[in-house]
Amino acid sequence: MTSTAPQTAPVPADEVPSTAQRVRNYLTDHPIVVLSVVFVLFYAVTAALDPSLFTVQGLRSILLLACPLALFAAGQTIAFLTGGIDLSVAMIANFAAYVVATQSGAGTVTALVLGVAVGAGAGLLNGIGIGIFRVHPLIMTIGMSSVLLGVVSVGQASGGFLSGSAVVPQVLQRIGGGTLIGPIPLNAVVWAVVSVFLIWMLARSGLGRNIYAVGDNATACRLSGIKVWQVLIVTYVIVGILAAVAGMIISGTSGSVGPSQSNSLLLPSIAAAVIGGTSILGGSGGYGGTIVGALVLTVLNRLMLTLGAGQAVQQMVYGIIVLALAWAYVAVSRQRAD
Amino acid sequence: MTDAEPLLHAEAVAKSYGAVRALRSADLRVQPGEAHALLGANGAGKSTFVKILTGVIDKDAGRITMDGEPVALRSPAEGYERGIASVFQDPAMIPDLTVKANLRLTGTDPAAVTAELEQLGIHGLDLGERVSDVPLPFLRMLDLARALAHKPRLLILDEITAALPSDLSAKVTEVMARQTAAGGSVLFISHRLEEVIEHCDMCTVFRDGGDVASFAPKDGREERIVHSMLGEVASGQAEEGRRSRAGRPDVGEPYLVVRGVSAGEVLNDVNFSVAPGEVVGITALEGQGQEALFDVLAGARRPRTGDIQVDGEALIARHPAAAISRGISLVPADRTMAILPKRSIRENIALPATARFWRWGPISGRKETRAVNGAVARLSIDTRAASQARRLSGGNQQKLTIGRWLAEGFRTLLLFDPTRGIDIGTKRQIYDLIRELAEEGAAVVMYTSELREIELVCDRALVLYHGRIVAELPPDAGEEALLRAAHGFVDAEAGA
Repeated sequence: MTSTAPQTAPVPADEVPSTAQRVRNYLTDHPIVVLSVVFVLFYAVTAALDPSLFTVQGLRSILLLACPLALFAAGQTIAFLTGGIDLSVAMIANFAAYVVATQSGAGTVTALVLGVAVGAGAGLLNGIGIGIFRVHPLIMTIGMSSVLLGVVSVGQASGGFLSGSAVVPQVLQRIGGGTLIGPIPLNAVVWAVVSVFLIWMLARSGLGRNIYAVGDNATACRLSGIKVWQVLIVTYVIVGILAAVAGMIISGTSGSVGPSQSNSLLLPSIAAAVIGGTSILGGSGGYGGTIVGALVLTVLNRLMLTLGAGQAVQQMVYGIIVLALAWAYVAVSRQRAD
Repeated sequence: MTDAEPLLHAEAVAKSYGAVRALRSADLRVQPGEAHALLGANGAGKSTFVKILTGVIDKDAGRITMDGEPVALRSPAEGYERGIASVFQDPAMIPDLTVKANLRLTGTDPAAVTAELEQLGIHGLDLGERVSDVPLPFLRMLDLARALAHKPRLLILDEITAALPSDLSAKVTEVMARQTAAGGSVLFISHRLEEVIEHCDMCTVFRDGGDVASFAPKDGREERIVHSMLGEVASGQAEEGRRSRAGRPDVGEPYLVVRGVSAGEVLNDVNFSVAPGEVVGITALEGQGQEALFDVLAGARRPRTGDIQVDGEALIARHPAAAISRGISLVPADRTMAILPKRSIRENIALPATARFWRWGPISGRKETRAVNGAVARLSIDTRAASQARRLSGGNQQKLTIGRWLAEGFRTLLLFDPTRGIDIGTKRQIYDLIRELAEEGAAVVMYTSELREIELVCDRALVLYHGRIVAELPPDAGEEALLRAAHGFVDAEAGA
């Protein structure tokens, strides 16, 4: 991009990289390629044990399940990029799904808008706590999660604002369970729109630049005139909205709501972003890797089920593979936690 | 001068950090019963030498003996056993623990410390207090009492008086007198030459990583000390600086006016003004309030009193953004405060462009490329490691933080020690750039710890001492005059 600058020391002829060296350099700069190969391998192994994965339905089921995880992980990715984390995404999703289901009597559009607003509102509070009152993101979002659990419990009690009949709107049920074409589920459309927006936003917008910059060096941002708190608030509002959308899609898929329906996706959402190569310390990574990370974890889950191992063994193998992938990523990309 | 066995004898001590030679070859002899001052300008190698002496770092070469026996300390704790105790430049206590807990960490008997404090005439200091609740001057005295509690034969005091009010400084000199009267020795490092002249029997001056002179400071007074610290001054570039000043259009009306600004612990009632086309140099020894002054100018800290006027309007900054919007940009000395280490050259330079909320939308790639390439070309930034700023050399990193403002635009550039720790070639480029910017009508306020730079790039020099501007000197006043003013000897010429 700055090709006009003089190359003061050309590489001597005897240091022209060999083909192997060039391949290695390419992989170092594009670790997502390695991760994609890992995904294909996992998929092939799993499909060898469970041939249904080679069918259109099998592929569709993976995409259908990966979508909500990838939406949670999208929020996690941008929180990571600022050097933060959001442990309240699952509760935000549950709350939003409840609001939509219980308010659907007031009209589908109203219900959906309320659901998104709930996510944005919770994210706003997270952002204010983290950006203005400098509460550590871990503490702030654990606290938010706990508060939302309480709010949902109170709301569900008789006479509470979530105590009405819970009906998941038709449109959500369609998005959550319908098929666009062939193996592509309808929810993947939402996922695709979110992906395009996020990848563009992170690479080509001022907000994206600031998200990376804040995570890399908040002091430098301040001295350059960036108001760090503004960036953090907007970041957590986006995380909240993504979580709410994920929650609505989950309730659409199951056709019901439950106070802890998304909780099992919280830790995988963090793992997907880490495997995808986003630094938990902030400043480097992106959503492309997270997408592949979410796909890898979804297939891995399927593999565990296919193997039919006991719950305990499944958990251990899952954990070990996640650690190995995270380590491999750091090794391949020569990232260091510094 | 005496052939008696020295208490401490260092010969040809050398140390390099990578390619940088901090110490070439340093000798030092400290006799028993002697208060010995170690002097030198910034970067002369004093602190490296003290760190080697106290076992904080290892030496590359040379020999250190105590009573004729070699010593190679591996930690300050080992020093206690050999009879060396030191008080470092910064308080060496963990803020979240109580004083007592800190003492236990270093194996010091709290009762002995209390006794030493009593003897120092400091009463009522509760050792159960948390260190963060103890005021800084008392922490220094605690550090001193802790060192004394180990009954050292050699007491090393590194800049202990810098943070002390005069009554406590007097107590330090009492301790020195007591120590030497009892046959022990003191190695005293201070920027306050009056103290050195009054209380030290001998001094050794370091310059460029080696010792250049050793004499009794009472004989030489500050003229000889300052002369030894500076040595022969090369003046190749000074000529250029003069020519540039001569060719510069007359500076206009002052538009940045600082009135009565006090901030932090030191900075006190500072007044000066800057006009477009002018390079104002500020110099000072460490800890005279320069950091606070630049923080206030950059809008990173609010002054306790006083104000800053830009074009006749008060600048009330709650955030650096306010100063930046009025055209005032800061390049901090510490590059870790300015660089985005994991991001590209492009993103580092374009950082201020996306600061405002209304610029959070799409980025115009072409406009950005033009601005970034302009800055890269003007500063000749090496773009071979363009993908991550942390892979760049220190000099190139510093160019990024300056280039950022070339791309963004500014009216006043605040440079805090802009050439600290960078190579001579890049230094030259930065000097040239500063002169060019002034010729183009920008105002530059530059703090420098290298006195040479005043003559090379500045139009006038302000000298800070104890938080006040004690002198305004022409750029060709000479390093000697600057250094004397920086040590607080302002009326020397007038009074002589």
